[in-house]
Amino acid sequence: MNIYALVKRTFDTEERIAVSNGKIVEDGAEFIINPYDEYAIEEAIQVRDEHGGEVTVITIGDEEAEKQLRTALAMGADKAVLINTEDDLDEMDEFTAAKIIAEYLKDKNADLILAGNVAIDGGSGQVGPRVAELLAINYVTTITNLEIDGTSVKIIRDVEGDSETIETSLPLLVTAQQGLNEPRYPSLPGIMKAKKKPLEELELDDLDLDEDDVEAKTETIEVYLPPQKAAGRVLEGDLSDQVKELVDLLNKEAKVL
Amino acid sequence: MSKKVVVLGEAREGALRNVSFEAIAAAKKVAGGGEIVGLLFGDAVQSLGEEMIKYGADRVITVEHPHLKHYTSDGFGQAFMAVYEQEKPEAIVFGHTALGKDLSPKIASKLDSGLVSDVTAIEGEGDDAVYIRPIYSGKAFEKVKNKEGLLFISVRPNNIAPLEKDDSRSGDVSSVSVDITNLRSVISEVVRKSTEGVDLSEAKVVVAGGRGVKSAEGFAPLEELANLLGGAVGASRGACDADYCDYSLQIGQTGKVVTPDLYIAAGISGAIQHMAGMSNSKVIVAINKDPEANIFKVADYGIVGDLFEVIPMMIEEIKKIKTN
Ligand SMILES: Cc1cc2nc3c(=O)[nH]c(=O)nc-3n(C[C@H](O)[C@H](O)[C@H](O)COP(=O)(O)OP(=O)(O)OC[C@H]3O[C@@H](n4cnc5c(N)ncnc54)[C@H](O)[C@@H]3O)c2cc1C
Ligand SMILES: Cc1cc2nc3c(=O)[nH]c(=O)nc-3n(C[C@H](O)[C@H](O)[C@H](O)COP(=O)(O)OP(=O)(O)OC[C@H]3O[C@@H](n4cnc5c(N)ncnc54)[C@H](O)[C@@H]3O)c2cc1C
Repeated sequence: MNIYALVKRTFDTEERIAVSNGKIVEDGAEFIINPYDEYAIEEAIQVRDEHGGEVTVITIGDEEAEKQLRTALAMGADKAVLINTEDDLDEMDEFTAAKIIAEYLKDKNADLILAGNVAIDGGSGQVGPRVAELLAINYVTTITNLEIDGTSVKIIRDVEGDSETIETSLPLLVTAQQGLNEPRYPSLPGIMKAKKKPLEELELDDLDLDEDDVEAKTETIEVYLPPQKAAGRVLEGDLSDQVKELVDLLNKEAKVL
Repeated sequence: MSKKVVVLGEAREGALRNVSFEAIAAAKKVAGGGEIVGLLFGDAVQSLGEEMIKYGADRVITVEHPHLKHYTSDGFGQAFMAVYEQEKPEAIVFGHTALGKDLSPKIASKLDSGLVSDVTAIEGEGDDAVYIRPIYSGKAFEKVKNKEGLLFISVRPNNIAPLEKDDSRSGDVSSVSVDITNLRSVISEVVRKSTEGVDLSEAKVVVAGGRGVKSAEGFAPLEELANLLGGAVGASRGACDADYCDYSLQIGQTGKVVTPDLYIAAGISGAIQHMAGMSNSKVIVAINKDPEANIFKVADYGIVGDLFEVIPMMIEEIKKIKTN
């Protein structure tokens, strides 16, 4: 089976975030594989181990993203592709990302493409379904279970807490929800092997794309931190007095009762 | 320039979700005086059309088909594209719900357009409108503009206030017949776990419990408080993983995103993935034994203490006010 996983290098949002000159400060920040993409990679590996084939991980980013691709290879992916846009693009949006990925995938005859349901930094959740639409294949989002039998596919997906069982077939794109699996940690031998696994680096030119073909449709004009909330009030004194005060505050000051 | 805007309404158990009315309010800003056309897809939605008009739509188009009883991206995509071709709107507004999240990127891709997802506020009107959306798990915000061409946004529930309902408004509710074919996904089973009563993602008050609630029975006082306040019970992943409650109550990045007027977090530590789902709430109360718990950083009011003491006392105090 020809399996692809879409992987985004993201800012670890557990870290403190600062803004300078209208941009998120990235110097010294921790970068990780988007957590939902870890589920996608893990599922890809499990599907390959059960049905045979090859797992290729793809990312759009700059040189730095090689680290996350090596981690995916160390987990067990077979090949990696870095589409390096650093020299070509100053700005991109969800359209741009999807267009580039779809352009790469269009002649690859993918059976199964796995993505995360959302990136924890950008947070749009658009890239998976957009790629599927550009490739004219079906997609199912926020999946928590995947069973493949020949070309038949049975999926359980999470819909705001309800669960839907879906029957469909390959080729297919799915997006991973938490609960799909437990992503493995790369093992030491895995890390050693990953160093020798193929990592192909491409630029827009290699995909016969011009900057104009992928020009963003939307534009970020400002990035800012939420206004500092006045420090919360931790109440003090006897517990029953605290509760009285709290209810009084909710009633009279916050006016939410 | 004024824009003609289509708004996709969403029904659940025979009634429109609030987010549909909020989407109409957002459309009003986007339209800059242009016409607002509500859309409803399903197997029996004709009767809901008038409700959209009372909340600000100028007219409504419905597409009814047995294959639209359950949402599928193919079915709803075909219905949408048929109406799109007929109406040729200049802007589209969806709710950023499970349905909206699944369908909007497909439509945007088909129309070769941009899409601003998960909008929580709109500044300005018409062509000058700027869309605000949370990024970095809610730790930052960005302002986004559409460059040119079709404008497409999805709005986060409970953030943009709906317009006042106006019973005197009237307008045309017409239906379009569309041949819905070749559904590539077939839904063979739906397990509804969402509890009855107030819809968690639209509740004005949410009382949420975490691992600190310690058992399924431990949720009883939280339920009592929620009922008293006309709100809904929510939970952290920790509580769901420990089987104290169902995953349908989960709030956060993986679960529901809520923006109530009042969020009470009891026995929840305040992990970033949890906060991503509630930090936009208007007033946050934290009850936690640990004074160092992260949740106090976003709380407006905090009580350091045992939730099993605090919640029952709160219930008593609130009952006193309610009876006065
Ligand atoms: C080099 C670079 C420059 C950028 N410049 C700008 C800018 O100037 N302005 C701006 O607003 N944004 C910029 N971005 C962010 C970019 O617009 C978004 O990351 C992109 O549109 C994806 O949207 P999202 O984060 O909402 O992902 P989502 O749609 O939420 O992601 C869902 C899933 O899609 C897949 N996916 C998403 N992004 C990628 C990727 N890059 N590679 C592989 N798979 C992916 C993953 O599986 C992910 O889990 C830049 C990103 C990169 C990498
Ligand atoms: C990819 C990913 C996605 C995730 N998505 C989500 C998500 O959507 N939502 C989510 O919630 N989490 C999510 N998580 C999990 C998250 O990281 C935390 O593990 C989880 O939120 C912790 O739940 P908790 O606060 O209930 O438990 P804990 O962190 O264990 O906190 C329990 C708290 O209860 C307090 N406590 C104990 N007893 C009492 C008492 N008697 N009275 C008062 N306080 C008491 C303790 O002091 C402690 O602060 C996600 C994680 C990952 C990796």
